[in-house]
Amino acid sequence: MSNNSVGNEIGKAQDMGSEKHHGVGHWKLQRISAIAMVPLVLWFVPSLLFILMSGYNDSIIWVQNPFNATGLVLLFGTLFFHSALGLQVVIEDYVHLEGLKIISIILIKLLAILLGVLSILCVLKLFL
Amino acid sequence: MAEFALPRHSKVVKGIDYPLDSDSENTRKVNVYRWSPDDDENPRIDSYTIDLDECGPMVLDALIKIKQEIDSSITFRRSCREGICGSCSMNIDGTNTLACLKSIDDVKGDINIYPLPHMEVVKDLVPDLSQAYAQLTSVKPWLQTDSSPEKGKSRKQSPQEREKIDGLWECVLCFSCTTSCPSYWWNGDKYLGPAVLLQAYRWIADSRDENTDERLDALEDSFKLYRCHTIMNCTKTCPKGLNPAKAIGEIKKLQIERQ
Repeated sequence: MSNNSVGNEIGKAQDMGSEKHHGVGHWKLQRISAIAMVPLVLWFVPSLLFILMSGYNDSIIWVQNPFNATGLVLLFGTLFFHSALGLQVVIEDYVHLEGLKIISIILIKLLAILLGVLSILCVLKLFL
Repeated sequence: MAEFALPRHSKVVKGIDYPLDSDSENTRKVNVYRWSPDDDENPRIDSYTIDLDECGPMVLDALIKIKQEIDSSITFRRSCREGICGSCSMNIDGTNTLACLKSIDDVKGDINIYPLPHMEVVKDLVPDLSQAYAQLTSVKPWLQTDSSPEKGKSRKQSPQEREKIDGLWECVLCFSCTTSCPSYWWNGDKYLGPAVLLQAYRWIADSRDENTDERLDALEDSFKLYRCHTIMNCTKTCPKGLNPAKAIGEIKKLQIERQ
């Protein structure tokens, strides 16, 4: 309880009420994207080893395979989407200055979009 | 931002040592957190050595003995001394529990006793629970119905329906779980915490209640409910052996189901 306000504990507990039909969406998408990451990472780690062991040209040929390119685009999309959702929760947990919190969450989301678009465009550039 | 340094008055200093004036072999040192709002002193740890041959088996017995025989100024809540009223919840040996259910024999070495963590302290071992009580009131922990029962009869519930609130109705609202939850420590002003969410689920799970949709509506919030990150301290610490984390999980499942 804060020391600098007194009274009406129940009003404070109710606050502005619930978000209603928005709270569950974030939670569900975070779980779905986490589950989606499991097969994508299981596929990506050995693929990464293959890329590291083969030369530049073989790596390009690997990315030009439509299945591999699809996998990479899905992986990068899911990865940055999931990261943005997760980092938002971390910020909500620990940043208690309302303005700083909102700005941080917006910046995290913009950064995730930037990195996601950039990495997907890189895959497309090699694929096309 | 998160506060990493403690406020000046949170630094706990060494207090008064009360040695035992007896040649008993069976003794134990009890270290108790002391703080009073009446002076400007920092909190301190007072140490009382007691004769276990002259003391009941539970930590609450030790506290009552200290209050009666050594230092009457020591302040703590207690009532039923049998785990039903939920008054004597405190942090004993590093775990939130009820002093009346915690056996002295289960504590190795000195018995360290602090108030429930991360709450404002009223005095000594008495935390200010007004926020938690207000949060409890906000989930309307009583039966809500539109229909009326048959005249002169009570509302019917099958044994199977009744079983669904087992593990929920037993909660004595000691708030050991809520005050053990890091998520409640960081966001206790907005997150309802495990005790209140378990109570909320107790009425959601009750077949006689007719207000489930509004109850779920009121909880569907990224702070009120979804600050639970399944840390499980609540379930680990519950002195009644209940599972608030599971109750919260059930609420989350229902939120998905009704989407």
